[in-house]
Amino acid sequence: MSKNNIDTLLYRALNGDIRAISKLLTIIEFPADHDIETISSIMRNLMNRGGKAHIIGVTGSPGVGKSTLISKLISLFRDRNERVAVLSIDPSSPFTLGSFMGNRIRMQSHSLDPNVFIRSTATRGVTGGLSPSSVLLIEAFDGLGFDKIIIESVGVGQTDVDIINVSHTVINVLMPGAGDEIQAMKAGIMEIGDIYVVNKSDKPEADLVYRQLTEIIRSSKYKSKYGWVPKVVKVSSIMGHGISELGDIIDEHRKFLIDRGSFSDIIIHRRVYSVELILKYIIEEKIRKDLKKDGSDILDKVVSGNIDPYTASLTIYNKLAKTC
Amino acid sequence: MSSNSLEIVGAPGLKRRAKILVAKIGLDGHDRGAKVIARALKEYGFEVVYIGIRQTPEMIAKAAVQEDVDIIGISIHSGAHMVLIPELIEHLKRLNAEDIKVIVGGIIPWEDAQRLKSMGVSEVFTPDTPIEVIVEKINKLLAGKNVEQK
Ligand SMILES: Nc1nc2c(ncn2[C@@H]2O[C@H](COP(=O)(O)OP(=O)(O)O)[C@@H](O)[C@H]2O)c(=O)[nH]1
Ligand SMILES: [Mg+2]
Repeated sequence: MSKNNIDTLLYRALNGDIRAISKLLTIIEFPADHDIETISSIMRNLMNRGGKAHIIGVTGSPGVGKSTLISKLISLFRDRNERVAVLSIDPSSPFTLGSFMGNRIRMQSHSLDPNVFIRSTATRGVTGGLSPSSVLLIEAFDGLGFDKIIIESVGVGQTDVDIINVSHTVINVLMPGAGDEIQAMKAGIMEIGDIYVVNKSDKPEADLVYRQLTEIIRSSKYKSKYGWVPKVVKVSSIMGHGISELGDIIDEHRKFLIDRGSFSDIIIHRRVYSVELILKYIIEEKIRKDLKKDGSDILDKVVSGNIDPYTASLTIYNKLAKTC
Repeated sequence: MSSNSLEIVGAPGLKRRAKILVAKIGLDGHDRGAKVIARALKEYGFEVVYIGIRQTPEMIAKAAVQEDVDIIGISIHSGAHMVLIPELIEHLKRLNAEDIKVIVGGIIPWEDAQRLKSMGVSEVFTPDTPIEVIVEKINKLLAGKNVEQK
């Protein structure tokens, strides 16, 4: 893209033109379609403006009500006249690479609001988790001046860890009957979230989950990052109950981070992490594509027991590194 | 890998796949049919953004622009297609997005289908169109675009 075109696109996007914002996001999401100079000048421009947005990650099992909750949070933030971006992440099918992305259904009531921008993206990864481009989309929203950036992702395995790496505030959503999650927390194998939301509290069984969660957090050394003690809140996203209380806790957490200087530490961490993620992606791709080709003679010797796997890996590493 | 372009990485995640928004326009009832199509398109390797029922032309156009989709697939059974579909096309124009292709499925008389096509609709499908045919037409529409397809 010519410098002129890039400047025009940036100008229009920074003035809120949704078509321009969308096109910028696409360029960042799919860097392979453009020369590196184009990507670089766009990203640098946006990253120099960014670093202000409050990034809120919303995670939890499918069906707990994340999208419905996010729609309510959008309303809450809009009432204060904040600009809101949502990045909704859905898994890609490992077989067809296709994806069914349905989170928008619950947020469509905001679709005419020029200060709400919702974008769906698929994981597209072989290993799951956040794709490098998702992280850079967050960076872009930040540079485009959105005050709140909400990420919805299904809480399975790797994705959870990834969302901690890019969010200021992680909201873990549970619902009545969340026995497995409670057990996982008791066993210490699930420890994610600055705020635990017990959604669907219009159902009576929500009280039990609420009590169990509160007890686990009180009785254990559960502390999320930077010494914040996780909060639990009961919400009914459908009825709108507990939303303003949740909003207060979100604000409190943001203030907590800012007071300790952690808010900007998280941005530093996110930017370093984005490079790690991209490098990992490139190297994994390299291994996937070239290992069998460039390393076949060595692999044969490993199979026959003539070279040990350590030596083989080192040799192949040196070989691949040369062609990088 | 010494080139300074990310293209050489060739990673699947960095390459664009065809993206389609599926919506049910207007006030008519359930969305079973539209959802079935949306899920089927996923099986054919498309990235499908599904936004459900009771969508106005403006809501659909804005969602399609935010998602930067290649194609909008509309399901309509209410009989109001000659009002709502032209409105959708109008909103896309207003948003500078008339390059997004619109395909429509529903109970639409042949004459209406011709008129819709003359207004800019790319394809009109009757409810009994097999998914293979829909996919084939979509792939034709995508020809020339730099997107991954199955
Ligand atoms: N009873 C009740 N149902 C809810 C509540 N929030 C969401 N739901 C329903 O739970 C289902 C899944 O909601 P969704 O937001 O799509 O969940 P997600 O998969 O976590 O994003 C939908 O049928 C919602 O209507 C709530 O507060 N109470
Ligand atoms: Mg959802």
